[in-house]
Amino acid sequence: MVLVYEQVLNGLQLGVTLFLLAAGLTLIFGIMGVINLAHGSLYMVGAYAAALTAAKIGSFLLAVPAGLAAAALAGMAMEYLVIRHLYARDHLDQVLATFGLILFFNQAVVLLVGRQPLFVAIPAALDGAVPVGAGIQYPVYRLAILAVGIAVAIGLYLLIGRTRLGMLVRAGATHRDMVRALGVDIRLLYTIVFGLGALLAGLAGLMAGPLLAVQVGMGEQILILTFVVVVIGGLGSIRGAFFGALIVGVVDTLLRAFLPGALRTVMQGSEADALGAGLSSMGVYLLMAAVLLVRPRGLFPAHG
Amino acid sequence: MTGRTLLIAAMLAAVGASAAGAQEPVKIGMITTLSGPGGYIGQDIRDGFQIALDLEGGKLGGVPIQLLVEDDGFKPGQGKQVADRMMKSDKVKLLTGIVFSNIAVATVPDVLDADGIYVSPNAGPSNFAGKDCHRNYFVVSWQNDNLHESAGQNATVLGYKKAFILAPNYQAGKDALAGFKRFFKGEIAGEVYTRLDQTDYAAEMAQIRAANPDVVFQFHPGGLGIAFMRQYQQAGLLGQVPMVVAAPSMDATTASAVGEAAVGVNLTTHWNTDFDNPGSKRFVEAFQKKFNRAPTFYASQSYDTALAIGAALKGTGGKVDDTEAFRREMLKASFSSIRGPFKFGPNQHPIQDWWAAKVEKGPDGKPVIKTTTKVMSNHGDVYAKDCKL
Repeated sequence: MVLVYEQVLNGLQLGVTLFLLAAGLTLIFGIMGVINLAHGSLYMVGAYAAALTAAKIGSFLLAVPAGLAAAALAGMAMEYLVIRHLYARDHLDQVLATFGLILFFNQAVVLLVGRQPLFVAIPAALDGAVPVGAGIQYPVYRLAILAVGIAVAIGLYLLIGRTRLGMLVRAGATHRDMVRALGVDIRLLYTIVFGLGALLAGLAGLMAGPLLAVQVGMGEQILILTFVVVVIGGLGSIRGAFFGALIVGVVDTLLRAFLPGALRTVMQGSEADALGAGLSSMGVYLLMAAVLLVRPRGLFPAHG
Repeated sequence: MTGRTLLIAAMLAAVGASAAGAQEPVKIGMITTLSGPGGYIGQDIRDGFQIALDLEGGKLGGVPIQLLVEDDGFKPGQGKQVADRMMKSDKVKLLTGIVFSNIAVATVPDVLDADGIYVSPNAGPSNFAGKDCHRNYFVVSWQNDNLHESAGQNATVLGYKKAFILAPNYQAGKDALAGFKRFFKGEIAGEVYTRLDQTDYAAEMAQIRAANPDVVFQFHPGGLGIAFMRQYQQAGLLGQVPMVVAAPSMDATTASAVGEAAVGVNLTTHWNTDFDNPGSKRFVEAFQKKFNRAPTFYASQSYDTALAIGAALKGTGGKVDDTEAFRREMLKASFSSIRGPFKFGPNQHPIQDWWAAKVEKGPDGKPVIKTTTKVMSNHGDVYAKDCKL
């Protein structure tokens, strides 16, 4: 039982990281109708910018704004230079162009930084582990990620639900032409939303840096799970992204932790491990298929 | 256009003229992993081979060599394509370099089917060591299980009774856990296969803590191992549960990336920078001088591979077309390996010694790997008996 509790914490922590990525992805899709495969590249840009700054000036806390700024600027530049020309095109063109951007970003990082993974030290204040009840010592840094993720979720909720910008975003998602007819500068709105999505991806990337290795292609590994989140939650829905992310994070972690053990009670050790490892990597995709069967538009469809 | 054609023609003529007197160089195709979390391994394999070439002035065994290096991108499909291109377009007959067993398993059969020769500087998957062994397939590094058999033996010698073991879910990971269990005499408290593309091990850390073992054995090569060690420390397990690993989970690069947290880890290896033989010293010095970093054991394997190929080429007079003649010379292993005693077993995999080592704090405060005692002598592998060559 204690183990389940700790694994749920791990799952939630993976969940909020996925949420930060999925929120941007789903906003961009919901409002602009663009499928952005290069969203993972913005995650990588945030992680690299923070890692390089941290290595240069030796302070992770100062590296945070650098990572956020780099990701947001890269996102806005991406929107201005490439994505803007794709709004009127169909999804295949968008997928091709943003796939090209993935290759571009990966090669650019190889040229600028090299292939060696970078490692970022955990800031001293967040190093170590604290008791979280039931006799479990849990890493402070992972708790901090959890807290930041929840704070961002609340902030986004307030931003979308309570501010003028949020109103425009919601209006832009459902009645794009009407918003334009009312004289709102929709192009500026798009750039801002894209920048915001990129900023969140960068935040996820820079927080992942000290846990994982900062390396070329790190964005693609997590992007696939992010798409699963967006599909489960419902395209274009922030609320869907939040709950979708938590569900995917927890399900993925719990399956990985407990499925091989459960299988081992009914079959031989090595076979159970092989089957368990295989099934648990498929788990979230099976979940996605099941959700789509029951709710074809996802758990929290955005509109209409 | 005409000017450029003329220029090229002139250059070709010049090359032709200079080559006419000298021996045609033997092409060696190196397919290795230069990108992703294992990128530094491929880099060391490339650089270790290069040191052997440099020390002999671009030759191996007195035969001029042209080395072609290509990245497999950590993708089995890409490894296959590169091998195909090298053999068809560049007419390469002799290949080496693959780091990861999953890439070797996909690529090597193509090379052998096309009558090429493959000499492995690293991956030694079990499926090519037993009944599917091949006359033109040589492994200079180890059979995968060997690394982890030595770790299992070491854990037994160190007196541990209850081990938690982890490895990625791919061929070398399965070989690792099988190898460890073959020589570990204690109880297995838990056995977990991670994903090869996994970088977050939080779930596994919780399982380790819940199982409460008295030792952890893990096999996570390259960047995976660095992430694993760091998270092991972050989870507060370091200092609570000691770790016994094989060389790939704690090489020179891992140790320096992990830093302080690596101190105290027990490992087993077949070569280390502190080996006291003239060949090893010469290699470490040349490597350090050229690349300004300590070589990992991967680099040493690649260097030994180059020496082994050199010895074989010397025997055949620089010919690789007659694969049987090359094989006869190769199997003599008439080179002096920088690990010490080395010979090929009946399945053309190594028979060699294994050493225990420990990560200690060096004079500059950085972790260094210190060799301690021998744990296995003239150790071959269990698959050799199924190989009929």
